Amino acid sequence: MPKLDLRSVTKSFGDNMVCRGIDLSVTEGEMVCLIGASGSGKSTLLRCINLLEPIDDGAILLDGVDISEPGLNPQPIRARIGIVFQSFNLFPHMTAAENVMLAPRRVLGKSRESLADPVRALFERFDLAHRMDHYPDQLSGGQQQRVAIIRALAMSPEIMLFDEITSALDPELVGDVLDVLRKLRAEGMTMILATHEMAFARELADKICFLDAGRILEEGPPETVFANPREARTRAFLKRVL
Amino acid sequence: MTDQTTLRDGSAQTLTRRQAYEQRQRRRSITVAAGSTLAVVAAVVLLVPLAPGWAAVQRSFFNGEVFAKIFPGLVDAFVMNVAIFLWCAPIIAFLGLVIALFRDVRSPALYPLRLFGAIYTDVFRGLPVILVIYLIGFGVPGLGLPRPWNSPFIWGSVALVLVYAAYVAEVIRSGIDSIHQSQRGAAASLGLSEGETMRYVVLPQAIRNVAPANMNLFIALQKDVALLSFIGPVEVFRQAGVYKSLLANFTPYVGAAVIFLAVTIPATRYADYLLHRQRRRQS
Repeated sequence: MPKLDLRSVTKSFGDNMVCRGIDLSVTEGEMVCLIGASGSGKSTLLRCINLLEPIDDGAILLDGVDISEPGLNPQPIRARIGIVFQSFNLFPHMTAAENVMLAPRRVLGKSRESLADPVRALFERFDLAHRMDHYPDQLSGGQQQRVAIIRALAMSPEIMLFDEITSALDPELVGDVLDVLRKLRAEGMTMILATHEMAFARELADKICFLDAGRILEEGPPETVFANPREARTRAFLKRVL
Repeated sequence: MTDQTTLRDGSAQTLTRRQAYEQRQRRRSITVAAGSTLAVVAAVVLLVPLAPGWAAVQRSFFNGEVFAKIFPGLVDAFVMNVAIFLWCAPIIAFLGLVIALFRDVRSPALYPLRLFGAIYTDVFRGLPVILVIYLIGFGVPGLGLPRPWNSPFIWGSVALVLVYAAYVAEVIRSGIDSIHQSQRGAAASLGLSEGETMRYVVLPQAIRNVAPANMNLFIALQKDVALLSFIGPVEVFRQAGVYKSLLANFTPYVGAAVIFLAVTIPATRYADYLLHRQRRRQS
């Protein structure tokens, strides 16, 4: 059984149909990269999986259970699926460590004391222990984004979603953030990325999905999609970005 | 080309062309500002006493003898203004916050709270403060309640609380609206409920953002405490009136003004400083 299964998911904002029937299945430990032009529906799809946006039709199954049922309480499900945004969205009035501890304390009911060690361990794992007590505006973009990743990981999510997390970074900071993703990949985290980092996707992804106008036009292992794309539109897109 | 300037420790420092230019400009504008200020002050000091009624005005408004005699009494009376302010301010802050939160509830079962919040702020922002003080300060004691529940202190304070809570609520609500939706999204994505998101993520930022605006409201409150004098309590404005009648002299009002300014000017400066610091941080 796939870890996550999308079945003809549709989503529109007013008259604008952003997802036009998306089918996607992700097995445990798999890394899937969504590529495609801006506005092709990558971000919206990730926000739908995390239930930040309700879908119009179709179904999203997590471990075989439909989580897209209208009226379902989304909180426990969101706690199982981590998401990291392009613009970091750290809480500016809290230090990096407080950002990370907020959800485990308030949602999982853990105490500050019991979190101290595991949170420090997380920061150390991503070489940020010396920045734990800094506020977001005292951190570089790359550091902020890594804190945002740590914040999502602190909930021990079963799946991690990454929404173009390097797009807002200066080029020299992108590497640090990609290294974090490499580490997670090596640890077997199930991940879905919307990304413009083609070289990175090619190097690490198990599966590439090319989105075009709200549909998955082409999917397959990176060797196939990048080296030998089947669709003319995929070829055109790759020619533009590579 | 560079200028030399001597630092306090005697060492010379070389200024860049830009710094030298800016230093000249700065000196120039300080000179001009000082000169024009001096001219205006001199004109006021020299010309006003030439007015035909100046001697009489000085006697009845700026009478040093009267001032010395009544000032301690006015300061004593001002203690009551401070006391009224001090018990009203925390209640206003709390009530304002509650009303602001009422206006943000989404659940249909709580719609009455939302409606109440909207009506409340509309009504109390739409009425002159003095009118509310009269209606409540004279109206409620008229119900013939037993002591101490017929006190004009209590009902006057209640009137101030009701009006100012409406303003504070609107300020806090604007602060809540100013927090970007992505903050709520980030909190929701971590599994926080709407209530937890409001409490831990939105409100702390919102309240900090509107602190200067609320400071200004509380300065206005400090002044409006004087309005309670119309329904009874002998605070500084009323006390000044008593002295005026007693001594047939208006200097007590000037004394009261001095006391108010001694409190409100530092407070206003502080609020401006907060606002300035915040603008700088956001830019």
